[in-house]
Amino acid sequence: MTCTKIRFILIQNRAGKTRLAKWYMQFDDDEKQKLIEEVHAVVTVRDAKHTNFVEVHSFLLTALACFSLSLFMNFKIIYRRYAGLYFCICVDVTDNNLAYLEGIHNFVEVLNEYFHNVCELDLVFNFYKVYTVVDEMFLAGEIRETSQTKVLKQLLMLQSLE
Amino acid sequence: MPAPIRLRELIRTIRTARTQAEEREMIQKECAAIRSSFREEDNTYRCRNVAKLLYMHMLGYPAHFGQLECLKLIASQKFTDKRIGYLGAMLLLDERQDVHLLMTNCIKNDLNHSTQYVQGLALCTLGCMGSSEMCRDLAGEVEKLLKTSNSYLRKKAALCAVHVIRKVPELMEMFLPATKNLLSEKNHGVLHTSVVLLTEMCERSPDMLTHFRKLVPQLVRILKNLIMSGYSPEHDVSGISDPFLQVRILRLLRILGKSDDDSSEAMNDILAQVATNTETSKNVGNAILYETVLTIMDIKSESGLRVLAINILGRFLLNNDKNIRYVALTSLLKTVQTDHNAVQRHRSTIVDCLKDLDVSIKRRAMELSFALVNGNNIRGMMKELLYFLDSCDPDFKADCASGVFLAAEKYAPSKRWHIDTIMRVLTTAGSYVRDDSVPNLIQLITNSVEMHAYTVQRLYKALLDDISQQPLVQVASWCIGEYGDLLVSGQCEEEEPIQVTEDEVLDVLEGLLVSNLSAPVTRGYSLTAIMKLSTRFSSVNRIKKVVSIYGSSIDVELQQRAVEYNALFKKYDHMRPALLERMPIMEKTATNGPTEIVQTNGETESSALDSKHPPSITQPTNQANDLLDLLGGNDVPVIQTALPTKPASAGGELLDLLGDLSLSGIPPMTAYNKNGLKIEFTFERSNPNPNISVITIHASNSTEADMTDFVFQAAVPKTFQLQLLSPSSNIVPALNQGSVTQVIRVLNPQKQQLRMRIKLTYTLKGAPVQDLAEVNNFPPQSWQ
Repeated sequence: MTCTKIRFILIQNRAGKTRLAKWYMQFDDDEKQKLIEEVHAVVTVRDAKHTNFVEVHSFLLTALACFSLSLFMNFKIIYRRYAGLYFCICVDVTDNNLAYLEGIHNFVEVLNEYFHNVCELDLVFNFYKVYTVVDEMFLAGEIRETSQTKVLKQLLMLQSLE
Repeated sequence: MPAPIRLRELIRTIRTARTQAEEREMIQKECAAIRSSFREEDNTYRCRNVAKLLYMHMLGYPAHFGQLECLKLIASQKFTDKRIGYLGAMLLLDERQDVHLLMTNCIKNDLNHSTQYVQGLALCTLGCMGSSEMCRDLAGEVEKLLKTSNSYLRKKAALCAVHVIRKVPELMEMFLPATKNLLSEKNHGVLHTSVVLLTEMCERSPDMLTHFRKLVPQLVRILKNLIMSGYSPEHDVSGISDPFLQVRILRLLRILGKSDDDSSEAMNDILAQVATNTETSKNVGNAILYETVLTIMDIKSESGLRVLAINILGRFLLNNDKNIRYVALTSLLKTVQTDHNAVQRHRSTIVDCLKDLDVSIKRRAMELSFALVNGNNIRGMMKELLYFLDSCDPDFKADCASGVFLAAEKYAPSKRWHIDTIMRVLTTAGSYVRDDSVPNLIQLITNSVEMHAYTVQRLYKALLDDISQQPLVQVASWCIGEYGDLLVSGQCEEEEPIQVTEDEVLDVLEGLLVSNLSAPVTRGYSLTAIMKLSTRFSSVNRIKKVVSIYGSSIDVELQQRAVEYNALFKKYDHMRPALLERMPIMEKTATNGPTEIVQTNGETESSALDSKHPPSITQPTNQANDLLDLLGGNDVPVIQTALPTKPASAGGELLDLLGDLSLSGIPPMTAYNKNGLKIEFTFERSNPNPNISVITIHASNSTEADMTDFVFQAAVPKTFQLQLLSPSSNIVPALNQGSVTQVIRVLNPQKQQLRMRIKLTYTLKGAPVQDLAEVNNFPPQSWQ
């Protein structure tokens, strides 16, 4: 069973609208939709007195009532809220929570630099550029590049090709 | 045909929609326009159209008709086209569509393109969604790019190689020569991805693992440089240089050092150095420390280092940030078995975490507290835990109550303390206590002979306060039935005896019978208790009256009991004292799985005096109705889970008191037996919902080596729903020395024939084993 470390990356707003969904594992469209809804439901009820980690147990198995082997035995969601957006990464249960928390923050800082004080509308109108940023920093379910200066340099080069 | 609208326009328009229906209308209109534009094979606007389509896809609308267009974009020469095309491919295509294979050739060409950005795009796409066939075809290209001097591409190629290996593990050897020089890179990005690649290879193949062990000194050196070197602006995060790389290296070291003494020794120094020198004021430092702790725990480190690690975790527990506390509790839970004493030192901090606001922290603190209870600290810990039980959420109460019972049983310093603790649990969380604890408690009480008077007195007082908590009421009425004479005679040594008359006691018991709060099972208990008192009290007439009233009760169970007790008064009065004697001390045996009691139609006249022995000890009996089944003498009746949903089938036993109760439980079955691994299923019906079957799997291993990383997965057809709880462990010990258990709950509302497909993965003697099997031989009782 090929399981990547990161299963998917999701950016959602409080209302549940997806601003970015990057999947590193194969899912059906309706599975993806259910996952998005579940993550939204779980993450929006938490506030400052909860931790930033959610371990998801087998209730998701009954939500995905399809005749496929249960893929979700061991995973958890690490999320962080920035203004009205939730940045969620779904990883393997054995991964280092704190490191991925830093990873999310790194990613958000790059977005901030690239879009000059990013806000939700920037992500909406330039959604394909956001995917480019994701692809510069993450690949095949792993963190790829962590240096913000390097990533920004690449992004500017790519932009000049347009 | 006018030029299709720009992406921005579309987004703006859609955002003005006020209702879902309006939005859907706009989108459908736009989709129609896009579709006709595609039909016209217009190259100039294709990119724009696909971009719009992708946006609509992100909102949740179907976009399959754009798949082929993405391919056309990928094949185009313009960079902007290619970019949107690859993005579209990653979003809309996956390896289950046949269309994606058409991309293979395009990707191959792009991997050899002159512009590094195009090459990068191709690598990225391949790395995210390449199927096994594509990976096989293109692995050679990826390997070539891994050796290129362009660091931008090397990074991408390394992670792409990770994906290829995941999809097609056999190709791992192909990448081996390229890995020779990976670690001598100066570029952090390449170093980082190389470490990831090495980690993946080591995780997948034990040969690679042994091969790469020689890299340990090099890794240690790199880590040392990272820590010692000064400020490096590019990779600095809050003053720590490249924490991500540090974490990754630590992880690789963990894998390399596991069960290998030499490597572990080589790492000891650097681990100690990282552990002591890293700054802990920010999350970053803590992330590194956490990874270090995990590594120390996994390799064969010396004890001083382990104590250091646990102390770090202890410090984490005092941190203000709840994330860090959570992480610490999780790790401590894993290590409490092996390093018990070291964890004990932090017991008070852990107990403080019980008061935390976050639910998951509370749960972990609770589990950890139970793991830390021992004979020395039982009194103090129990006080804290009982306080927690009072104030915690309902979801916790059941687990906490069972945990308290278990701990009390193991370490109770005195019988009185034990009974007091049980009373406390029953009165505070009585309704959440699990059903099987009632018989266990009754058995415990019977065994503490000298405490009978004290117990019944306390229970009686509790009943006077509150009769809503069923388990408490059931235990109390049973005790009063048994020991009512002690209660009335006022002989209690442990505390101040209370003055109770027989009539008061009977009032209370009758009150239970009529109260709305009592469950049917509870009524059964109290009627039986009243009956028993007929031999212990003198007001027999009153009891006779009560019993005869219930002879016409609507509740079938009560009616049957009352009728039979009546018969006892009228025809068999001479037998009554013997039947209603005190219960002997019961032996506790483990109960497993449900039983259904088959009605045996004993003839009262003939079998009444027969001393037919009750069933052998290994067969559980339904406790709720067996209270009077004493005869047989030598054999001891066994306690069992009461089944409140099936009272009728167990009723009528009173005439069979002396008769044989044969049980036909749902028989366990062997689901799988191959290569030394045997999996057995045992069945149980879930109490509140008869449509749910609870299956417990027992996996045992008859080969000579342990099976590690054992994972059991199951799937059922669409009409069922399945829930898998956590397994007891991942290691199935060799030679049947133990077994792994796991609970499965299956919801079967349509009562269809149960079928299941199971998948087993485990590692035996270093080699991973995987097997699929179908289980069809479920006994009919398990799903009917």
